[in-house]
Amino acid sequence: MATETAAAHGDEGGLVFHPMDQFIVTPLFGDGPVHWYTITNVTLWMALAIVAVIVLMVLATSRRATIPSRGQSIAELAYGFVYKMVEDVAGKDAVGFFPYIMTLFLFIVSANFLGLIPMSFTTTSHFAVTVVLALAVFLTVTIYGFMKNGSKFLGLFWVASAPLALRPILAIIEVISYFVRPVSHSIRLAGNVMAGHAVIKVFAGFAAIAVISPVSVVAITAMYGLEVLVAFIQAYVFTILTCVYLKDALHPGH
Amino acid sequence: MPQLDFSTWGNQIFWLIVTLIAIYFILSRIALPRISAVLAERTGTITNDIAAAEDLKQKAKDAEAAYEKALADARVEANRIVAETRSEIQADLDAATAKADAEIAAKTAEGEKAIAEIRANAMESVETVAKDTAQAIVSGLGFSAEAASVDKAVADRMKG
Repeated sequence: MATETAAAHGDEGGLVFHPMDQFIVTPLFGDGPVHWYTITNVTLWMALAIVAVIVLMVLATSRRATIPSRGQSIAELAYGFVYKMVEDVAGKDAVGFFPYIMTLFLFIVSANFLGLIPMSFTTTSHFAVTVVLALAVFLTVTIYGFMKNGSKFLGLFWVASAPLALRPILAIIEVISYFVRPVSHSIRLAGNVMAGHAVIKVFAGFAAIAVISPVSVVAITAMYGLEVLVAFIQAYVFTILTCVYLKDALHPGH
Repeated sequence: MPQLDFSTWGNQIFWLIVTLIAIYFILSRIALPRISAVLAERTGTITNDIAAAEDLKQKAKDAEAAYEKALADARVEANRIVAETRSEIQADLDAATAKADAEIAAKTAEGEKAIAEIRANAMESVETVAKDTAQAIVSGLGFSAEAASVDKAVADRMKG
């Protein structure tokens, strides 16, 4: 596809930027249309994410050693990290949601890091993926909040500590902010991952010019380091926000 | 922007849901219970080890106290033995001194007695010599005198 476009522009060999081509969803076998069941590069990289999770959380802990190996240490660290986050942020009664939150965290963190492998496909850079993740959190929180607290859950929007005159205005703001949550939640993750990958590709495009190429390589290296940080931090942010939202469902009110 | 190509959303969402369900079951059925068990076991082991260490520490303290006590007892015993020995030696010494004193006193008395005897003998000898000498002098001067009267005269003179 890249060469096609280049040929169409008629400037092959010069500066060619296709930073977004890396995000195209294509069938893995053949060249047909993408149906919902088609095995695509999305399927491949999500399967690799599952494999990564199995390697880290199942194979590395298979010895159940009291003195852990490196792999088991990482698995235990991930477990303790997320468990403590759920307990501290959402409260002790939220630990029932721990496997669910752990699933989200491990999927995002593995997909982000797998996406940093050159030539790979980053599933978390797609809004389709992050919107589903964020909506799942949003629906879980909302449904569970109403199930547990009934109409008291609406107290989340009625700021009882504010002056009475201000409360309706605050309620409108609270409702808007509540429904904006899944939007910001999903766009933050996909936006960060996509932007970083696109910037790396743009720098790579500059490497076609011999004079600029050393600068380009340095810039790509720096950007890659930043992306490693972003890959973890965005997974962390997504998870901790999930915990914060969950806290609202368990303990509505301010 | 491929992200906004909604024709691929169905595909992505389908595979995402499959993936999430797979990861959820792997975690909740295998990984999380296992790690939780390992962590609980480790906490148990550490707690036990700390308890055992406390126990050993207590034992060491007890042993040290017993040692200190034995040392103090030994010191007291040693002091007692020293005092006993000293008093024993003192008693022996006193007895020996008393015996020596008595012996010295006896020897002194004996010596004094011997001296007195010697002195008496000497006086007697002096008298005899004086008498003999007086007899000799008298006879030497050409007088004849009775031995008895000479003796008497000498005895009178010596009495003084």
